[in-house]
Amino acid sequence: MPDTQPNLTKPAPASAPTTPTSSPVSEHVTLRVKDFNAWYGDYQALHNITLNIPSQRVTSLIGPSGCGKSTFLRWINRMNDLVANARAQGVMQLDKDDVLDRAFDVVELRRRVGMVFQKPNPFPKSIYENIAFGPRLHKHFHRSDLDALVEQSLRAAAIWDEVKDRLHNSALGLSGGQQQRLCIARAIAVGPEVLLMDEPCSALDPRSTASVEALIRELRQTFTIVVVTHNMQQAARVSDLTAFFFEGKLIEAGPTDGMFTNPKNKQTEDYVTGRFG
Amino acid sequence: MSGISLRTKRIVKNRAFLALCLFSTSATILILALLIASIMAQGSHFLFNSDALGAVFAHGELSQLTKIIRWDFLTNFASRFPEKAGIYAAMIGSMWVCAICALLALPLGIGTAIYLEEFAPKNRWTALIDFNIRNLAGVPSIVYGILGLTAFTRMFGLFGSDKNSALSFDPDDAWWHIQFPFGQGLLAGGLTLMLVVLPIVIISSREALRAVPSSLRQASLAIGATKWQTASKITLPAAIPSILTGAILAMSRAMGEAAPLLVLGIPVFIANTPDNLNDNFTVLPFQIFNWAGRPQESFHQLAASAIVVLLIVLICFNGVAVYLRQKLRKPLA
Ligand SMILES: Nc1ncnc2c1ncn2[C@@H]1O[C@H](COP(=O)(O)OP(=O)(O)O)[C@@H](O)[C@H]1O
Ligand SMILES: [Mg+2]
Repeated sequence: MPDTQPNLTKPAPASAPTTPTSSPVSEHVTLRVKDFNAWYGDYQALHNITLNIPSQRVTSLIGPSGCGKSTFLRWINRMNDLVANARAQGVMQLDKDDVLDRAFDVVELRRRVGMVFQKPNPFPKSIYENIAFGPRLHKHFHRSDLDALVEQSLRAAAIWDEVKDRLHNSALGLSGGQQQRLCIARAIAVGPEVLLMDEPCSALDPRSTASVEALIRELRQTFTIVVVTHNMQQAARVSDLTAFFFEGKLIEAGPTDGMFTNPKNKQTEDYVTGRFG
Repeated sequence: MSGISLRTKRIVKNRAFLALCLFSTSATILILALLIASIMAQGSHFLFNSDALGAVFAHGELSQLTKIIRWDFLTNFASRFPEKAGIYAAMIGSMWVCAICALLALPLGIGTAIYLEEFAPKNRWTALIDFNIRNLAGVPSIVYGILGLTAFTRMFGLFGSDKNSALSFDPDDAWWHIQFPFGQGLLAGGLTLMLVVLPIVIISSREALRAVPSSLRQASLAIGATKWQTASKITLPAAIPSILTGAILAMSRAMGEAAPLLVLGIPVFIANTPDNLNDNFTVLPFQIFNWAGRPQESFHQLAASAIVVLLIVLICFNGVAVYLRQKLRKPLA
């Protein structure tokens, strides 16, 4: 429990260590976040987050539960619009576009920024219909084009071989890991640039977790991925960059290797070595 | 007090409670069985042909099989003479008003439920609406009859009296012939029953929608579906089996209502089936009510026979509802 440790109850120093090192791994930045604050009503869930998320890399967000990782993720595709008293301030730019601009069409935003949830949530429809649902919303397809897109998406999510003979069976008949990969395929099918994943493996058994992790590493070549995880080993296994959140603040961000072997911040060190959280 | 006696006491209490539950359950079933038996006994005269029954069961004459049921009870209009009386007009009338009621109440009720559950902001205003709908579901149906009388039968006196309509759309012989006010016609009956069942349809549909896991809505919104696309393509299809179940139960309620139509003043003697939306009609429960109120024993028997028919119809409705619940309702997550 972080709260019981006396040295951690003090708020983190406001400026010095929270400025993350700009990523040396990749030159192109997909998502630029600067001085970002978020509230639920009067409660401030995120404080002055500044973070650049590079394209075609996996960035993992780690930190104890309640530190604001999901809040951050749900602002990137504005799923927090659904929460009545949620608001945010600051800069959040997807390429050239201002994500927080009320005039920016969320439908367009969510087509460009896909999301995968903690618990696999396939629609109670066939495997085929699960994938075809998104593309059909945005464009009219000829049958053969749609078939091709469904196959391509399922292949990209490394699940085609497992489901190709039962595309028209219910998606609910799949195992948990297969369902989660189906959900990833569903997100891929609308052609996003960014994939957000909120603890995508925490409801899965170890084998399914391994399959989803392998997929995440694979997808990095095509997509910019932001993954929230509770599991330090997982962050180390799948991500290029890691950002450590604590009590609504970004404590440290940088290449994953450095974060785990040589953290600059005492809190990060305590967390990654498992001393709390 | 020692531990043993406490334990004994607990066991005794448990047994007593179990016995009480068993008793009340069996009492309910027993009363129901008695009721059905006595109605069957009373109603059998007009439902079954005793000569044909004897021929088939005592003498094995299967040719008489179709004559066991007195079909003329189902195909005759009402009559002053019990032996000639039937429930044809009442059955047709019940079917018509229920159809009209369903066509009006289901789209309106399901639409309201979708709005309230999927779109409406959660604020004081919608909380007030919610509170009101719940209260309306508990209002006795005869009160809706009074509303129907004022609003549909007489239309607040705006278009002259119902006997002498000021506004009508001819021709008389087209099924869509409509006159204002609606008088005691099918439209007035259907609309009044709509008022009775609307709160029930709204509440059951909302519950059906609420049972759809919000993770499905999130998944849909997250791939760029609008709220409307999410409601129409994901939430509603997932909730349809439960919505239909509720709708059918609401319709069986409408089928069994006599009180609100009694207030409208619908006639009991109808010598023809309705020709148009404004034509007079009567319904089964009202026919039963009328027959049961007469002094002669034969009419009581007629009432019992009509009750049997009504019960069979209602059991069919409920059967379909149960079937839908069992067969169509798929797991959602
Ligand atoms: N819908 C909400 N309304 C109010 N407070 C919320 C809501 N969602 C999250 N919070 C609060 O915001 C903080 C951050 O939550 P969250 O982003 O879910 O954390 P994490 O994903 O890191 O566990 C928590 O204190 C949580 O209680
Ligand atoms: Mg979370």
